Amino acid sequence: MLDVRGLKKVYEGSGRRVEAVRDLTFTVEAGELVCLVGPSGCGKTTLLKCMGGLLAPTAGDVLLEGRRVTGPPPGMAFVFQEYGRSLFPWMRVGENVELPLKQKNLSRSRRRELVADALRSVGLADAAGAYPWQLSGGMQQRVAIARALAYEPRVLLMDEPFAAVDAQTRADLEDLVRGLWRERGITILFVTHDIDEAVYLGERVVVLSASPTVVQEQLKVDLPDERDQLHTRVAPRFAELRTHVYEQIQAAKRGTPVVTVTKSDTPPLH
Amino acid sequence: MRRLLLRTVFVLALPVLLLLAWWFASDGSTDVYWPPLRTILKTFPDVWTADRLRTDVFPSVLRLAAGYALAAAVGVGLGTLIGSSRRVRAVCEPVLEFLRAVPPPVLVPVIMLFAGIGDTMKIVVIASGCVWPVLLNTVEGVRAVDSVMLETARSYGITGVTRLRHLVLRSASPQIFAGLRQALSIGIILMVISEMFAASDGIGFTVVQFQRSFAIPDMWTGILVLGLLGFLLSVVFQLVERRVLGWYHGLRASTRRTP
Repeated sequence: MLDVRGLKKVYEGSGRRVEAVRDLTFTVEAGELVCLVGPSGCGKTTLLKCMGGLLAPTAGDVLLEGRRVTGPPPGMAFVFQEYGRSLFPWMRVGENVELPLKQKNLSRSRRRELVADALRSVGLADAAGAYPWQLSGGMQQRVAIARALAYEPRVLLMDEPFAAVDAQTRADLEDLVRGLWRERGITILFVTHDIDEAVYLGERVVVLSASPTVVQEQLKVDLPDERDQLHTRVAPRFAELRTHVYEQIQAAKRGTPVVTVTKSDTPPLH
Repeated sequence: MRRLLLRTVFVLALPVLLLLAWWFASDGSTDVYWPPLRTILKTFPDVWTADRLRTDVFPSVLRLAAGYALAAAVGVGLGTLIGSSRRVRAVCEPVLEFLRAVPPPVLVPVIMLFAGIGDTMKIVVIASGCVWPVLLNTVEGVRAVDSVMLETARSYGITGVTRLRHLVLRSASPQIFAGLRQALSIGIILMVISEMFAASDGIGFTVVQFQRSFAIPDMWTGILVLGLLGFLLSVVFQLVERRVLGWYHGLRASTRRTP
């Protein structure tokens, strides 16, 4: 579905050369929910922008359904971390969700339908007439998610979407994302710096190294499909997985080379 | 209801006070150039008849509207173009700074050479002064469009006219309106000045005529009319601004509450 092959991104400017991403290769299967986790400043956002066609990679390719991504592809939607700067404050919630659809040659009634449906599925059916700045942070991020859903993407890229909301809201939004994923069968790539969040949400976790970034490890999350904040987070398997990811991140920060080349895709038990 | 009353009192208090001060200070005046306010107000209805409104005030306002609209269109259009591209900005900025520094009234004789002495000249003079604040504010506003919003638009394939209409111009609209507001007062000044050169009608022309014919109270009424006109236009402007920038004031109020 989504292939990243030998991706490399070097920023050059004013005599400084920063290698943000060195060599990344991984695949996201159709219908998968993959979490990318890595130490802060490891080029997660750079990677996601390259995948979304917002940045041109220095080397390597991103392929969406076998086709090379050169600009933002129509089948892809983006949810940004800064919801306050991503929604247009001069438009009401409904208009914000509808705006991307106007480029898609859809009939007015079809657009209305998509907007109403998207807002309903994020639990904001009555907020269409409000301005984004009249809503709380968590609700604003819900609007951004609704905008992405209404766009009917096959792939949804989420860049640390819950980093700026409080812990309780965050838990609700995590469940919302998992719910939408199971309901709609979208492929989701979720970038986060929060290890618990990555393990809780993902079917698979890709651990990135510190900058210059490579894939440190890929790990299948063998938790049941049905997850909830109360029980999943105290399950012994959850603790094992998060400990494992945590160790990998620490190793990545120290710059230790990858010791275990995981072929089996499952971490050893502790 | 009480709040409305209180607000009306606040709005009217100072003007009433100033008028009273003027009334009493000038009451016993025998100076020809400084007639009592009583005389000025008594002259007012005789001078500003419906006929005068049609022959002098109306042409003035029409020329102001034309010049202002021209300046707004050119200012926003060029400003968007310049603000969108760093390269264009680098080329244009020194020239703009130079042109902006030239006071528009000195252009009147020059513009008269090209545009004659009719309405075209006056409209061009008004536009040539009004265009700068609109242009420069639009450039700043377009430059300052949020990078995350631009990326959002790009990722959703929002391009071309839709991007311009729904993102760039809306985002720049608070600055554009700041420019338009400055331009309005400049426009009124230039409207009067342009009518002092080779004119045959208009408020500015009338005031100068009265002064030259020593009809001093009549001249003072003309000045009052100009003040009232400026006030009226500013009220209309505020109404439009509140409508167009309602979101901006709401956004500012909401960020002030939660810093």
